[in-house]
Amino acid sequence: MVEYTEKIREIAKRLLQECKVDAVLGFRSGTIPMMNEPCFVREPEEVDRLIWDSNCGINLCNYLTDRKERIGVLAKGCDSRNIVTHIVENKVDRDQLYVIGVPCQGMIDKKRITAMFEDEVEAVEEKGDTLQITAGGKTSELKKEEVLQQNCSVCIHRNPVIHDEMVADPVPEQEDVDRYADVREIEAMSTEDRWAFFDKLLEPCIRCYACRNACPLCYCPTCFVDESRPQWVGKSQDSDDVRTFHFLRAYHCAGRCTDCGACERACPVGINMRVFTKKLEKDCKELFDWEAGMDPKSRPPLDVYRPEDPDDFIR
Amino acid sequence: MTTFQLDSDRLTEGIDRLHGQYRVIGPVAEGRFHNFRPLQPGQKPDFDFRNTRMSAKQLVYPQSQVMAEYHLDETREDSHILKEVLPDETPRAVFGIRPCDADAFGLVRRNFDTEEYKDPYWIQAYERATLVGLACEDPCRSCFCTSAGSGPYSTGGLDALLVEDPDGGYWFQSLTEKGERLREAAGWKEEAGSGVEDTIAERKKAAESRIVSQVHTDQLRNQATLDLYEAPFWEDVAFSCINCGTCTYLCPTCWCFDIQDETHGKKGCRMRNWDSCMYPLFTLHGSGHNPRGEKIQRVRQRFMHKLKYYVDKYDNGIQCVGCGRCVQYCPVNIDIRRVCELMNQRGSTGAACEV
Repeated sequence: MVEYTEKIREIAKRLLQECKVDAVLGFRSGTIPMMNEPCFVREPEEVDRLIWDSNCGINLCNYLTDRKERIGVLAKGCDSRNIVTHIVENKVDRDQLYVIGVPCQGMIDKKRITAMFEDEVEAVEEKGDTLQITAGGKTSELKKEEVLQQNCSVCIHRNPVIHDEMVADPVPEQEDVDRYADVREIEAMSTEDRWAFFDKLLEPCIRCYACRNACPLCYCPTCFVDESRPQWVGKSQDSDDVRTFHFLRAYHCAGRCTDCGACERACPVGINMRVFTKKLEKDCKELFDWEAGMDPKSRPPLDVYRPEDPDDFIR
Repeated sequence: MTTFQLDSDRLTEGIDRLHGQYRVIGPVAEGRFHNFRPLQPGQKPDFDFRNTRMSAKQLVYPQSQVMAEYHLDETREDSHILKEVLPDETPRAVFGIRPCDADAFGLVRRNFDTEEYKDPYWIQAYERATLVGLACEDPCRSCFCTSAGSGPYSTGGLDALLVEDPDGGYWFQSLTEKGERLREAAGWKEEAGSGVEDTIAERKKAAESRIVSQVHTDQLRNQATLDLYEAPFWEDVAFSCINCGTCTYLCPTCWCFDIQDETHGKKGCRMRNWDSCMYPLFTLHGSGHNPRGEKIQRVRQRFMHKLKYYVDKYDNGIQCVGCGRCVQYCPVNIDIRRVCELMNQRGSTGAACEV
């Protein structure tokens, strides 16, 4: 994917020079291995800051909420689906966006790669499907597909669903992917085991809210955990309050989450809170045959009523 | 100062001997990282880490702490009275603190222990703790402690220091009376051979040379506060920030808190919880006005506090020990080293940012 960089700069420069957009939203190179920083480029002379590689896992749609400028935005499959959701939910106007589609082959999992090496990872270089990792002065190779973020390894929408221009030809979509093996495992647990699993999962949570704040869906002006009149949730490390935050946030994302993985990626203590949103994604697929963010003209299932909606729960 | 020699077994035996007199705390592996946890008798501290994910700050200043409680059970005499809850006074022995985290206690103390205000919770917790550091042989590439007033062998804030010897054992040095009492209680008596101090000094130098990252802070005091405050770079610095609390909660020197009252049926408590200047709620007034309602204001506040206001107020360096946690775990890669250079170089020409 590194070869996209030149093309991205070319498109960004053209859009800025022709005043088609006020700014281009993309990534600039990070200061540590396996990290890039979202950035806003306003001048044609600045486009060389833009880069692309397998460390662009932050969902850029998160930076579009309520902005008024005309923006050229780089969009992977997941970003584009969140942009669609934003358009449906009136958080951004389609006309103010120039969507630069980026066919994606998955982002790499920094936490996993870090854990694979005894020494600190000093540098990661991408060569096609291979990563050259330098740690402790020694360079070794990893196959990129073996160290993808888990959400990317089961992604079935790598190509943007809307775009005004593509950076490259679409990539083949992954087929025969079992998206919900982990969710089924949890569904199969007894109630007690499941509760214990959730407790263990959430135990390290420090309530930094990085998951919520990295999520493009979490744009409420005041999140329910931040309400003070009335205050719905306590602020301490009490496990009931921690659980309340995670469970309610997940439900609020039902039918809207694209499993972009920004939440898990952002978490400083390694919690995979995606198991909650994925369960809801699976339910939406099974109950409503719904995938989030595929069509700017359809509203999410929990937002609309259809006579054929399943109602077996009414007894 | 006498240096004592411990092989790995003697270290474990000595730590075990402390149970009963001390609550023993040390680093424990939790999934892919380490954190400080109480150690059970027989449990070894796990020193196979570069640094703990959460800093040692929480040992003295827990994320949530009950300060006072009450109940409405009228069958008991003390009903309807809000009573202070002081923490457990058992002495604590903490093993494996990295020198950067220990130095951070000195910085935080300037806030919690002043002429004017004395925070009993922080002071008591700090005073009942004996902090045994673990010299840092393998610093991370994002560590910049040596240019932030600390270092891989720094002893500020520590009561004793452990240095790994090349044979898999440790050298132990008491730095305070508390450290010496702990050594006696642990029964560590075997003095290291002559020349060990020189060896340790050499290793210290070698460890310091492995710190590859640094910040420049020499111009921060000279900068005009308002000029820095209004500098044009804040928009670019703040752009990617998602306003989570990762940097502040992982930081060993961030000290801000919020006080909350919680009610559960017929009892309740007043507690304090860590708070973060990254959160809009941190500064929200009762009137509804928020003086730092915009993200750029909050990001600026964090860096101005650490790298300008603190510097000006205490004339004792920056409010940062260079542990590198915020650099490594910021979800969007906002790098304090880069911001520090921007602030330090403001107004000068020709200087280039190193990170």
